[in-house]
This record gives sequence, C-alpha cells and structure tokens, in this order.
Amino acid sequence: MSAGARAGAEGTGARAGWLIRGVRPLGGEPADIVIEGSLITEVVRAGQATRAAGRDLATCEADGLIALPGLVDLHTHLREPGREDAETVASGTAAAALGGYTVVHAMANTEPVADTAGVVEQVWRLGREAGHCDVQPVGAVTAGLDGRQLAELGAMADSAASVRVFSDDGRCVADAMLMRRALEYVKAFDGVIAQHAQEPRLTEDAQVNEGEISARLGLVGWPAVAEEAIIARDCLLAAHVGSALHICHVSTAGSVEIIRWAKSKGWRVSAEVTPHHLLLTDDLAYGYDPVYKVNPPLRTAADVAALREGLADGTIDCVATDHAPHPGESKETEWSIASFGMTGLETALRVVHEAMVNTGLLDWSQVADRMSVRPAAIGRIGRIGRIGRASGHDWTSGHGWPVAAGSPANIVLYDAAQVAAVDPAAHASRSRNTPFAVMKLPGQVIATFLRGRPTVLDGRLVR
Amino acid sequence: MNRHLISAADLSVGDATGILDTAEELARLAERPIPKLPTLRGRTVVNLFYEDSTRTRISFEAAAKRLSADVINFSAKGSSVAKGESLKDTALTLQAMGADAVVIRHSASGAPHRLAEWVRGSVVNAGDGTHEHPTQALLDAFTMRRRLGRLSGLRVAIVGDILHSRVARSNVWLLQTLGAQVTLVAPPTLLPVAVDTWPCQVSYDFSAVLPSVDAVMMLRVQHERMTQAYFPSVREYSRRYGLDSDRMELLPPHAIVMHPGPMNRGVEIAAEVADSPRSTIVEQVTNGVAVRMAVLYLLLGGSAGAEPAAAPAVAPAIAAASRVGAAR
Repeated sequence: MSAGARAGAEGTGARAGWLIRGVRPLGGEPADIVIEGSLITEVVRAGQATRAAGRDLATCEADGLIALPGLVDLHTHLREPGREDAETVASGTAAAALGGYTVVHAMANTEPVADTAGVVEQVWRLGREAGHCDVQPVGAVTAGLDGRQLAELGAMADSAASVRVFSDDGRCVADAMLMRRALEYVKAFDGVIAQHAQEPRLTEDAQVNEGEISARLGLVGWPAVAEEAIIARDCLLAAHVGSALHICHVSTAGSVEIIRWAKSKGWRVSAEVTPHHLLLTDDLAYGYDPVYKVNPPLRTAADVAALREGLADGTIDCVATDHAPHPGESKETEWSIASFGMTGLETALRVVHEAMVNTGLLDWSQVADRMSVRPAAIGRIGRIGRIGRASGHDWTSGHGWPVAAGSPANIVLYDAAQVAAVDPAAHASRSRNTPFAVMKLPGQVIATFLRGRPTVLDGRLVR
Repeated sequence: MNRHLISAADLSVGDATGILDTAEELARLAERPIPKLPTLRGRTVVNLFYEDSTRTRISFEAAAKRLSADVINFSAKGSSVAKGESLKDTALTLQAMGADAVVIRHSASGAPHRLAEWVRGSVVNAGDGTHEHPTQALLDAFTMRRRLGRLSGLRVAIVGDILHSRVARSNVWLLQTLGAQVTLVAPPTLLPVAVDTWPCQVSYDFSAVLPSVDAVMMLRVQHERMTQAYFPSVREYSRRYGLDSDRMELLPPHAIVMHPGPMNRGVEIAAEVADSPRSTIVEQVTNGVAVRMAVLYLLLGGSAGAEPAAAPAVAPAIAAASRVGAAR
C-alpha cells in the first residue's frame, strides 16, 4: 500500500484519483484500476493502464489483494438516536468501513423509533456527516414498532432519506392483516417489507434454539417453527397481493426450504442470512455466556449446513450482518436477562470467507454478488442519479455495481492470505459483543473506497 | 472433584460415590451429643439466595455450621435481577469479603456458571432456574441407596413437570452416572422436545410404569402451568399423573415414594401417600444436611488453609474423603 497517499475529500482532493496496481478483481487475474473522481474509469491487465499516464493519481500498491465492490449491509443497528452508549452513527459507520462496507441500512428500532420522515432524515444526515459510509435508513412498518398501526410509510419514502425498506426488526409484524396492508401499501413506491419472522406466542421468553441444548440447559426454547410459520404465511401474503417481501436473518433449514419453494413459484421474496448463523451453533450456549445470545438464536449444525447451501445456490440472496451492539453490562449478566445481539460489521467478510469461500461453496465473484450486488438490488440503492422526489441526494445511490469502467468507485481491497485472531478491543464499534473474539479468522480489509474517496487505507480508518 | 458443584452431569462415578460415602460418615455425626466438626473452622460460606427457599437455605446453613464454617446469609430476593445490583457486582463484593464458597439459588438458569467466572471460591449450585439442583439429586440418590441398598440397576420413575424441573435434570444425569434406569413420566407438554436425547425412557402412562419401579419420585406441579395450556385443569392432571392410594397399590411392595418438596397435597401426591410408610419425604430432608455437609467438606476441606482435623470423631470422614481423592 502507498501509505503516503493522501485521501482528499470527495471531489476536492489534491489528486485527480487513484491508480490501484496489481489487484485481483473478484479474485481473478491481476489488474490495474483507475479511479477518477467518483468513478472507475479503467480496469485493465496489470501494468497496462493507459489513463494513468500524465495524470496526478495517488497510487495504491495492491499486489495480491482481492478487489470486491463495496459491501452493502441490509441490516445494521446503529443505535442512534437513543442508545449512543452502545453505538453512534459515526462509530457504527466507521466499523462498517473497516469491514469493507460502503453503505449500511440502519434499522428503525432506535429511541425514538424511525417511524417518521423526521427521524429517518436525521439518521440519514448523521451518516452523511460522519462520512465513513452511506447510511440508508430503514423505516418502521408500524408506529412505535407496536404492531397496531402503519407508520407513515409514504412520508418516509418521499423524504430526503428515500426510504424503500421497511421493517419492525426486533419485533415481528405478527398481525396477518397488518402485514398484508403493509405489503400492499409499499407497492406505490416500490418498497419492500423486511420481516423479522418470529411468531410471538411461540417464543415468549425464548432464550435459545429449542432442541437438545435448550432441554439440557433449562433455557426456554425458541422453536424453528416460530420462524418458519411466519415466513410461510408472509410468502403467501406477498404472492396474494403481488408485493415484495424480504426475510431478515433466516436461521433454520426449514426456512430455507420454504423460501426455495416460494421462489420456485416466481414470487417476489428475498432473504438474508447473518454471518454468525453461517458459522456458529447453539451448543456455544453451554457455559451460559450471553455473548452467544442472539435473536434468532444460533441453531444446529444441520441448520448451518442448510443456510450455507441456501446462500450458495441463491435461495438466500445475501449476507446481512444484523450488527447489534450492546454495552458490556447488557452482556455481563445472567443469560436470561442479557440483551440479544452480536456485533458483525467488522468481521462479516472474514466470516463469509471462512464459512463459504474456504469451504468451496462460493467464489469471490459470488461473494460480491451476495454481499454487494444483491443486497443493493433488494435495498433499491443501485441506481445512479436522483431517486425519490426530494432533490440533491443522488449520492446515496450507485451501490452494488461491478468493479468495471463506468461504475461508481465503491471498492473494497481485501487481503485473503492473512489469518488472525479477532480482537474486540481493536474494533471501531463502541461495543465489544462479538462472538468471534479470540477466534482465528482469515482475511483482512485493507482499503475501502466510497465513490473514489478512501474511507479505509492500510487497514485503518481515514479520518 | 471439580472446584465447583454446578451440574450433576459434571460428577464422575467416583465423585458421586465419594460424596455419598462421605455423607454416610457425616450422617453418623448427627447421632453424637455434639454433632459438629471443626473441619471448616475459619472458612466462610455465603448463602446467596435470589429466590425464596427456606428449606434449601437452612439445610445448607446447618451443613456449613456443623462443619464450623462461618455462614453469611445474603438474601437478594427483592433486589430483582433485572434492577438493582448486578450479579457480577454482588460476586465481586463477595469475593472482596473473602468467601471460600458461595451457595447460590437463582431463578435464572446458568447463574452459577456466570458466578463461577467472577469469584475465586467454590460455587455450589443450590438450584438455578429450570436447569439443575445437584445437591437435591445427591440427597435423593443417598436416600435411595439407604432405603434400597444400591443404585446400580435401580428402576426410578420421575413424574411430573420435567420441562421446568431442575430436580429432574440433575436426577437424570446423576442416576445415569450411578447406573440406575430412569423413566420420565409426564404429559407430552411437560417434556422437553429433545427428551429423546436424554439417557432415559419416557412414558405418558403413569399406571403402566408403576409395577416395575423401585422408586417413584413425584415433582411439584405449579398451578400457573394450567393457564399456559400445559394441561387443561389441575383435576385432570391429578387424575392422569397424580399418585393416589389406588395407584400406589400398583407399586412393588419394596418400592419407595419420594418428593423433593414442597408438596401440593392432593395434586401430584395424595396426603395418604405422602404420609405412608413408603414415603421418604421427611428422610430426604434429613439426608439433605448430611449430603450438603459432604459437598462442602469435599470442596473446601481438602484445600490449603483447611484445619488439619485430627479429632478422633472425624477420622472416618477424613478416610472417606481420601478415598474420594483417590477416585479422582
């Protein structure tokens, strides 16, 4: 890496752009990438860049590194406003950039809830000010997440934040009538309802996957059927009203089967899986350390295998982190009163590398598809240019494009050769509740470019 | 033996037998004019009870005092786990006060595991949520061995709310270790979904099981299970899974009836059954003190700083303890 390379502010930098040398786009043959302004202008075989000649480009030596399109997270909890002790937009997006993300979808369960145009615009502006990556707010489906009345979905869609993904994540839209109406209503502005699939009555006080481990540990079980029943219902509802449904954090083998079936019908259903559900299993609850407490819970090895297979064959569209930061005291407690959730932004790509690439289930171009192209399409943030009615915010668009001339220069450079233990103390997130602490994982994000501007260089945040 | 007693599943045959043998020696102590040993003099045992359980607390208190330990009762009931001082801060406080052992009763499964990470002393699980209650299982095994002469090959039925019972869990693991054959009897709603992975038989038919058991252990069933639709009514539960005198007639002549208490007379057990000669319910309470003495003795007595107990009265117990050591 050219450590001396200066990172100018977008559009006003001292250099006209970047020459990234010797990098392997999608893990392929070594190439040079030229970035001018906010666009990729050339991708050619290494040493043959023609546009670099005579231009004042900063150079980035990237021999052996893999270039992927900037990662897109459909599911991040940034906690601001309300729980700035756990995370802020600034700290969460810093974590995202270090993890290779160029945009994150900020979930609505803040305090106050992101259920009005005012709150989603506030979160959107905080993201813009922090500058580490784009923040695309998710709007609540129901006012106050209370599952009784629709939030003002249209106002959020028309706001500067141009919300397209709506979710009560953390809670299920359990009322079938309300779910139907929400699915119908968002058709007017090409929205999608992202469902946290959890039948509430079947999961009262639920703590861990219901099965051998819950029986053994005497913890209330969270049965797979509580997820699968809602997914089946919502697939049928989405088909009935012809709308788009996205399933958050799919965690069971049965869910994968139902989604596969729904897709075979041609219904507009998409799904995500978290990195932790691709790597960890419920037996980690032995010892009752709540760092392994998450919702939906860690499942069995058979579920993990089915999730990997589903992600590999495209049944599950994408990986989404469900990055859920919590302060220490929320986890240093008895299991049953500890908070649900794990951080994930800074480890996601490494976990996918371990669970999917090192197992031969995905190659790097497929990783790009599952972590950038498809989530950008689901989140409706792929287009360049103005979207929504409010003007002047086309900067939130243009994610999930290929690493090719003409694309917005959203790129992550990844060193796949490294292996290192995860060190929570080194994380940019304000919270330390990573289940991967001490675990050895492959890879390291070396650089992240957001529309031509480096947000991470040499594995460190660019301030 | 491990430094802690948190799960009956952690006990080897040697550990468990050692505890029972030591308890046997210590039980004899109770017959002496001054039923007290100096073994744990100068050691501090804290009873940390987050749930009301007078019987278990006084049993541990009596056990510790008969071994001459200093006992501190810390009742955290009322300072709810969700608010007030956290378990971690309480643990650090107890650590600072120099607790050699913490006996913990808590409504959250796994609380003793967490506590063991934060204190240096031994942790004894006196019942955690719906997880385990290992000293109850040990005193049940002790009672069965005394009454029936052996544990290996014994056929034991455990009847009632298995799903929510820490007593059932500890008994399943301990009796499996000691070679007994366990049959769990309950309506399907009150069994864990993965009960087929446990080392025991399962039956929904109480009467069919009774003729072939040596001991039947009745569990308390809580009325609120009815409102959670685990069964239609207390009456129906009692008819299908209660032990009344008619059902008791189905037992072999030598079989015993056990209950960890407190009982719901007329629900899971009829009064005439509870008071019959087959019932070991009062003995279980008595035996609880000896078993808990043995546990404290073996966890604390052998470590550095213990009084070299040289009085003749304790010699048999010491001998028993060294046998446990050999079996480690």
